[in-house]
Amino acid sequence: MNESQHLSSQFDEELSRLRTHVLQMGGLVETQVSSAIEAYSTGEIASVKSIVDADHKVNELEKAIDDDCAHIIAKRQPTASDLRLILGISKIVTDLERAGDEAKKIAKGVRRIYENGHVPSQFGIGVRHLAEAAIVMVRQALDAFARLDTDLARSVIRADTEVDTEFKSIIRQLITHMMEDPRTITTSIDIITIARAVERIGDHAKNISEQVIFIVEGRDVRHTGKEGSK
Amino acid sequence: MVIAAVNTEKSQKTNIEMESKMQINDNLTLKAEARNLNFFYGENKALKNINMPIYDKKVTALIGPSGCGKSTYLRSFNRMHDLYPGNRYEGEIRFFPDNTNLLSSDVDPIEVRMRIGMVFQKPNPFPKSIFENVAFGLRVRGENNKRVLDDKVEHALKGAAIWDEVKDRLPELASNLSGGQQQRLCIARALATDPELLLFDEPTSALDPIATGAIEELVHELKKRVTILIVTHNMQQAARVSDYTAYMYLGEMIEFGKTDEIFIKPQDKRTEDYITGRMG
Repeated sequence: MNESQHLSSQFDEELSRLRTHVLQMGGLVETQVSSAIEAYSTGEIASVKSIVDADHKVNELEKAIDDDCAHIIAKRQPTASDLRLILGISKIVTDLERAGDEAKKIAKGVRRIYENGHVPSQFGIGVRHLAEAAIVMVRQALDAFARLDTDLARSVIRADTEVDTEFKSIIRQLITHMMEDPRTITTSIDIITIARAVERIGDHAKNISEQVIFIVEGRDVRHTGKEGSK
Repeated sequence: MVIAAVNTEKSQKTNIEMESKMQINDNLTLKAEARNLNFFYGENKALKNINMPIYDKKVTALIGPSGCGKSTYLRSFNRMHDLYPGNRYEGEIRFFPDNTNLLSSDVDPIEVRMRIGMVFQKPNPFPKSIFENVAFGLRVRGENNKRVLDDKVEHALKGAAIWDEVKDRLPELASNLSGGQQQRLCIARALATDPELLLFDEPTSALDPIATGAIEELVHELKKRVTILIVTHNMQQAARVSDYTAYMYLGEMIEFGKTDEIFIKPQDKRTEDYITGRMG
């Protein structure tokens, strides 16, 4: 990645503002996800509203950043690393926005569970563990973007495999649980929805990391299986 | 070089990707090639050991800051430098299919210029009528049939996107045209004789965006039958019109590669700095 300055200082400012906005958006999404998981563990469903509200802000930022990208492309005709940065950012914000949507799904699932007077069963602990891993992935993906650190981005991509495996194991456990005691089916389905959302958040963090690698190295590592993380 | 790597790069590629790359690879033949080319303006070494292929029926763009030697290099192809004393070439420029060394003292510069047309930065029409400017090269080659001349002149003028503006004033002096029109007339003049290689030295720097667009479209059409080497300061133009791009700096060839790759992921930091506007 090229760190030297452009002849046009205004262009430098535009790019730096763009990156700041992405990190700001990332910060919001990260908070959304961790608050949703916090609510899942503690049953503090009062925070659900604020998570849902934050989503509007995230959506607005997504639109604003996309708009800035379009303006920079139109005005500056970016090339090479600048072009990759703009293209990468445009994809990163889509993933961030979707991760925010998943956080909203988690929050709503939590509200359903607790409002019905249930508490997540012992298998809920597995979800909590899964969620912690996904939150770390989101945080690291954003750090990797901020520092343009491809080593960190690659470790996020590798971590996604573990999250996927853990998710499958939670589903298996829940199925067994539902067969043993059909009264838990409603809650279990809500937990599955939440676990699924957490797993998707991990996927989005992975996608963001892939874009970081593209921005820095110009290599498209999407859909390359394990090779991408090497 | 990128192309050479394609053949060995068999694994991990989808069929489509492979096919499209192989196709490019299969169709590539050399039209010209600079080999260890050095050029001196007196004591001043303006080109330093340039090695570069020019592929047949492709557009190759030369980019780089002012004074980097790109025009000097371009002009070597049609022996323009012979017109001034004290200029000296070393190395060779091979021209195919006959494998002639364009720089060899046995090769007549006039012969070279019959096969290699050139369009300059500033328009330089002859002090003749619009029609005669375009017909000039054809007449030199002995074409005197009026119908053939009319057809070819019209075709060349249309090709240069100026026909509509001059069709009713062909007998007028070319110098009556505006600067932009004169430049397009010069492009028509170069096209009229069907050269094998066309050299463009910033051909659109004096044209408005519409005329520039028309010329770029024309370049795209022309490469079906002629090889094009173009010097341009407009990087977006290089990105739009060329298949291959070479970045030159201080008389050296820094990087040569497929245009798509140069503009998305250049290999050399100096190329990157130049095309992203980071270089003073």
